[in-house]
Amino acid sequence: MTDMTAGPASDDTPAKKSSILSLDVRTKKRNAAEARFKLYGIIAISVAVLALLFLMTSIIKNGSGAFYQTFITLDVQLAEDKLDKTGTRDRAEMAKVSTFGYAPLIRDAMDAAIAAKGIEIEGLDDPQDLISREAAAQMRNFVLANPEVVGETRTFEFVASGRIDGYYKGRVTMASAELDGNISPQQLQLADALKEAGVLETRFNWNFMVWPDASENRPEVAGLGVAILGSLYMMIVVLLLALPIGVAASIYLEEFAPKNRITDLIEVNISNLAAVPSIVFGILGLAIFINFAGLPQSAPIVGGLVLTLMTLPTIIIATRASLKAVPPSIREAALGVGASKMQTVFHHVLPLAMPGILTGTIIGLAQALGETAPLLLIGMVAFVREYPSGPPEGFFDPASALPVQVYNWTQRADPAFVERASGAIIVLLVFLLAMNTLAIILRRRFERRW
Amino acid sequence: MPLYWLFLIVIAIASIGYFMGRSRALASAGGSIQGLHSLPSYYGYNVALTVVTPALGLLVLWLLAQPLYIDNRVTSLIPETSVAEGSNLSLVMSDVRRVAEGLNVLVDTGRMSEDDVTAMRSEFTNVRDRLGEVGVALGSNVEPAILDAAQQYRTMSNTGARLMWVAVLLVALGGFGVSYIVTHKDFRARNTVENGILLVLMGAASIAILTTLGIVLSMLFETRNFFSAHPWQDFFFGTVWSPDFRGDSDLAILPLLWGTLYISLVALLVAVPVGLFAAIYLSEYASKRVRSFAKPLIEILAGIPTIVYGLFALITIGPMLRDYFAQPLGLGESSSSVMTAGLVMGIMLIPFVSSLSDDIINAVPQAMRDGSYGLGATQSETIRQVIVPAALPGIVGAVLLAASRAIGETMIVVLGAGAAAAQFDRGLGELVNPFEAMTTVTVKIVSQLTGDTDFSSPETLVAFALGLTLFVITLCLNVLALWIVRRYREQYE
Repeated sequence: MTDMTAGPASDDTPAKKSSILSLDVRTKKRNAAEARFKLYGIIAISVAVLALLFLMTSIIKNGSGAFYQTFITLDVQLAEDKLDKTGTRDRAEMAKVSTFGYAPLIRDAMDAAIAAKGIEIEGLDDPQDLISREAAAQMRNFVLANPEVVGETRTFEFVASGRIDGYYKGRVTMASAELDGNISPQQLQLADALKEAGVLETRFNWNFMVWPDASENRPEVAGLGVAILGSLYMMIVVLLLALPIGVAASIYLEEFAPKNRITDLIEVNISNLAAVPSIVFGILGLAIFINFAGLPQSAPIVGGLVLTLMTLPTIIIATRASLKAVPPSIREAALGVGASKMQTVFHHVLPLAMPGILTGTIIGLAQALGETAPLLLIGMVAFVREYPSGPPEGFFDPASALPVQVYNWTQRADPAFVERASGAIIVLLVFLLAMNTLAIILRRRFERRW
Repeated sequence: MPLYWLFLIVIAIASIGYFMGRSRALASAGGSIQGLHSLPSYYGYNVALTVVTPALGLLVLWLLAQPLYIDNRVTSLIPETSVAEGSNLSLVMSDVRRVAEGLNVLVDTGRMSEDDVTAMRSEFTNVRDRLGEVGVALGSNVEPAILDAAQQYRTMSNTGARLMWVAVLLVALGGFGVSYIVTHKDFRARNTVENGILLVLMGAASIAILTTLGIVLSMLFETRNFFSAHPWQDFFFGTVWSPDFRGDSDLAILPLLWGTLYISLVALLVAVPVGLFAAIYLSEYASKRVRSFAKPLIEILAGIPTIVYGLFALITIGPMLRDYFAQPLGLGESSSSVMTAGLVMGIMLIPFVSSLSDDIINAVPQAMRDGSYGLGATQSETIRQVIVPAALPGIVGAVLLAASRAIGETMIVVLGAGAAAAQFDRGLGELVNPFEAMTTVTVKIVSQLTGDTDFSSPETLVAFALGLTLFVITLCLNVLALWIVRRYREQYE
């Protein structure tokens, strides 16, 4: 524009005449700024994606070890004079022999195995330390369940102790064993020799998903059984409460509610509840459900109730969106052939909105499954070794939950628990992935565009 | 008999009622549907609903009210002298409840008969040992007054439970009778049922209000207790946080608030630029293929539970920052730090910022872009000078929502930020050092309310005051953010 007004004056400087073939300095600058700006965007996206990849690889790298476990196979002679002194195979009598009575049998079996394989290591003592301290209890349970095996020689597969397991996962080395009171380099040499002899092997450990939690110094037998069961119970409670209540509330707000102050109040409340920090729901649960209503601590029912309140906004928002997506022509057609308002909603609108509602519910459940903070406050952190009984009594038994179990394990000293915690995270993420995939499939399969 | 039996019996009465009501209506019309006001099933639903709703409502109310009433009555039975020095009434009451439960177990497992338990005297029986047999461990032997109270407690709750059964069943049968009698071909069953359902729907919708009310009231009540045991001036304006369960502790919120805000600031410094640029790129530059691939990937970050981020901070980011930054620079030795928690929380917040901003940028009308291009602006100039200013209110709303998330976030800071409160007397250098461990409001709520808690000591009750403060702060941020976003949306609609 300036060229035009400047008129013939510019003719004196033909060198500055711009061309569409060669860019002037200002255009170059603008183009560079453009490229830079675009680059920032690409960098931002790569940062986000790389962070995700880094997070995933870190968890998988740390946690995959939890699914592998070192086992030692031994032939144990179940001597009658030690396990059943009366010889009557009476369970009450046999139960008097504590795990301390079983430990010597394992020690003898270990010594026998070492001798049989011809392994000699100088300065080796306490070879039975290679086996988890839980082994005696496992053997005792087996014998008490099958009293007829007393007197026989049985092959048992024992879990190796946490340090031996760590040795094959790179956590424990000869150098660290020097300084460790729980393991000696000679014992590691023995483990290597046993591995060569085929007595000791590291393989996939399904029991990680089944066993209950274990005490501080037995990381090798700690499992997720109770936590998975507790999480399952809570999800059942959430599903049974949040789905009907959420759908009912959404139907009221979307189809029946008059436009007035109370409706506004409810709507504002729901959108605020969706953004209230989860820990506040924990305080609510502690104050109302435990202190006021007197429900038991650490029980899945309380966790389920708290998570229900947290999940409700998610389900309500999703349900309202899918109710809104049903075109008004459907409602008008139903009303036109004489259906009442209630019949229109329940016979026509709700079934059409169902896929969207289910998708929203599954996503809400997935959120609830990963929630930790409120559960800490209602006592789910307690150490629980007993499996809760079957429903409905089981809802009131103490239990743990998957994410809380992760937190619990991170608070323990033995580094083996870090591996377990990461393994538990992998299990949690697999569940979440499955639920979200189901939601996506449901949406793809049933969602209708009008 | 367990409670769910009562529930099942009520349901059974209701389903029988459904069929009876239905057939009674049909019979009154001489077996032809044309003679009825409503479809036959509505007569059945009417009976079933009249049975279920009042009976279950009464059941829930009774379950809530009975423990309150009994506690009240039994508390008045406990003499002053039984409340030992350093103890209080609520502790004694929990003893009473445990003894009562233990006695129940004794009867249930058949170790003692009902009469033996009622006749039991602590002067003659070692109650503690008997209860120990069934796994109820008590600190000391049971005083006569406590045992009396426990027995009262037992009798009252047993009577209460029996009364409840009778009352609930009576209400259920009464509802059945009334609705069965009114069932007649001219009875407007559909209208009645639909009104009933509407009431149920309204009840479900009002749960949202009840929840908010529950949150506010429970925290207000306990916060009042806290302020009666601890001066509020110290809580709001003190500068030292050092709880001591022997009493006489400094419980000031400022050091915690400092940690919370500092960590949130670091998180926002990570999340806002990354999230904003990602949103701009995705909505303005990215081809359809890139968008369909990158957007879900970023949104996965939002679906990952916070405990996963916490663990990531604890075992990966924390040690990494310590080994490569804090220690070489001489800034700190701790792997949990403001930086660790802030960085990881920033990653968590990226999708919040990006997907909200994405929506908002997409809502800017295309005409504004076209106008800018028409004037010769490049794409980035259009974005910087037209789109972002137009979307700014919405973006500010998104950032405020992210800030409220950051302030209320718990698991990442529990695992990544450390447990030591900021110390104002150590000087500014330590206070702003991002590699220093620092604790937050949420961490302290968790640590004060887990483990052995005594709901009469200010050290426990302070958690409720912290929670209330947190609730108020996040509520204000949310309301402000929602208001801004809503006003922005209206602008272009």
